[in-house]
Amino acid sequence: MNYSKQLKALVTLGLVAALGTAPALSQDAPEVQKGFEVAARSDRSDVGFGDSRVSAKMVLRNAAGQESVRELSFRTLEKVSEEVGDKSLVIFDSPRDVEGTALLSHAQILEPDDQWLFLPALKRVKRISSANKSGPFVGSEFAFEDFTTTELGKFTYKYLREETVDGVKMDVLERIPQYENSGYTKQIAWIDQDVFQARKLEFYDRKGDLLKTLTLKDYQNYDGVWRAQTLSMVNHQNGKTTDLVYGAYEFKTGLAENDFVKGVLERVR
Amino acid sequence: MHFCLPRVALAAVLVFACSSARPALAGELELGGVLGLEGRAFPEKPALPGQLKHFQTSATLEGDVRWENEARTVQAVFVPFVRFDAQDEERSHGDLREAYVRYIGDEFDLLVGLGKVFWGVMESRHLIDIINQDDGLEDIDGEDKLGQPMVKLSLFQDWGQLDLFVMSGFRERAFPGIDGRLRGALLVDDDDVLFESPARHGHIDLAARYSNYFGDVDMSLSVFHGTSREPRLALNATGTALRPIYDQITQVGLAVQYTSDATLWKLEAMGRDGYRDAFVAVSGGVEYTLYQIAGSDWDLGLLTEFHYDGRESFSFADPRLAQGLIPFETPAPLTPFDEDLFFGARLAANDMQDTQILGGAVIDVNDGSTSLFIEAQRRLGQDWTAELEGRFFANVNSQNALAGFKGDGFVTLRLARHF
Repeated sequence: MNYSKQLKALVTLGLVAALGTAPALSQDAPEVQKGFEVAARSDRSDVGFGDSRVSAKMVLRNAAGQESVRELSFRTLEKVSEEVGDKSLVIFDSPRDVEGTALLSHAQILEPDDQWLFLPALKRVKRISSANKSGPFVGSEFAFEDFTTTELGKFTYKYLREETVDGVKMDVLERIPQYENSGYTKQIAWIDQDVFQARKLEFYDRKGDLLKTLTLKDYQNYDGVWRAQTLSMVNHQNGKTTDLVYGAYEFKTGLAENDFVKGVLERVR
Repeated sequence: MHFCLPRVALAAVLVFACSSARPALAGELELGGVLGLEGRAFPEKPALPGQLKHFQTSATLEGDVRWENEARTVQAVFVPFVRFDAQDEERSHGDLREAYVRYIGDEFDLLVGLGKVFWGVMESRHLIDIINQDDGLEDIDGEDKLGQPMVKLSLFQDWGQLDLFVMSGFRERAFPGIDGRLRGALLVDDDDVLFESPARHGHIDLAARYSNYFGDVDMSLSVFHGTSREPRLALNATGTALRPIYDQITQVGLAVQYTSDATLWKLEAMGRDGYRDAFVAVSGGVEYTLYQIAGSDWDLGLLTEFHYDGRESFSFADPRLAQGLIPFETPAPLTPFDEDLFFGARLAANDMQDTQILGGAVIDVNDGSTSLFIEAQRRLGQDWTAELEGRFFANVNSQNALAGFKGDGFVTLRLARHF
């Protein structure tokens, strides 16, 4: 559920190659193979992070400049293998009227994710449909799929070009969603050649028009694991923006499989 | 004004106070709450003497105190609630919605105190949900609950989750007083209560629930043995009021949801024994959501549910009662859901203010009695919410359990400040 993580999940060829799909890949066009390799290298850069906890502030702004703030906590458990996705929890701390609302996701590769929502007023846990990929996440400019499509295998990749942005050499890739119900026809990703992190992402809508641009800033190095501290999403079609500003990440906090079952949703607040 | 807190609840408060008041215990303490102001309007004149006329105003205050130790293994939660009603003294009431301490182990957690638990998957009727007593003074939708004293052990294993409950300190259901709308002609006398168990409030109730999911199917099986949360009602000795009767019952419940793309298929079923005759009840339904309708950010959810309840029926309008041909005592607790269809729609704007509208109708397929509702809510700024709720009754048959509510359709506007 951690965004910079999923951006890195643009990637992760390493394990796929190890699983024996490399021969098939080698028959792909060179730009497809290179695109996948670049994506995989970026994704591989945080393998073994284990689990993480982080709080974030989400600032929503409409075209008139009106602001609304949400505070969220994210907990993530690294996937055990490439056949499944990460498990994650998003917990709402504010606005106060939705405090304690929590979303549990078990990400899959091409199958729909398993998701449960906890409604604190009723103490109700509800399994929800994950078909709503392209809808707005809590009124923000982030779509659900921007948060949940963290897995490398959810896309096909194509290497486009090398580009220097502000003196930093970048690889530019195209990735196309392979899962159902995506609101995007393609995404373009800029990944630096220095520490292999995603720096910018463009989202193209179902008509093929540029919809949104995400900028990932203020990367911090947590003992070799890189995380962007600020994510800025700009919607070019409606003029709205959403900033997601993360606090300090905690890694290897002792979270385990049992912390990501629906029965814990009532106590995660 | 009455505060209906059993002694067990007070014990839980003390446990909480001891665990949170010591500054030596480092950890995270969070304070919050909601202050609500509510105006209710009944367009129709009251049908019964003593009932409030057209307008009802009240204020609510709910506190929320949470503490967690640094190791994140112990939590304490304290949620007091109080309502002051300007027109209806009986509706002014207080309760501890939650007051518990929880210990979180590796593969289990243990909760001691007043807890709140929800079981089920349906939207228009909460059939198998039984742990907590309804707060009958708040609303008639069965979604406001009294805190239940309990020891709850939850086990998290590869084979699923098992919750075990031991409960005592039974909470009686509160009924509207003379001023209240949404009641029958005969008042229910809260001071004249009959319990099947000689232990009365002290009876030890037991419950267990197993839940798991298999791919797209979530299921749970539950069993409850103890004091019925729903009372039967009987005419009192002087023939002036009704007295609640709390029987010992056993309920077995099943809830299943199959989540297939944008469609949720739902089923709840239960069997219950302990009143005059054992019976089964089944609810089934579908929820289908159209996402981003017409290219907007709005989602439209369509809901339909069917309810069947096999319990023995009873009507206060039955002419045989006046002739003394049948006893003036309900053979089972009353329900309006004997054979009913629900149609509803939920609109969600997915905007900054989380604007939502839910509306629907429950129709009795045998006599056509219909209950309609609409609930709309929106955040105002960062800390306020506004809620509009309307409930109306149409075509109500005099023998239907809704008969007493016939002219009590209402609109409520609620403003709340969250802090």
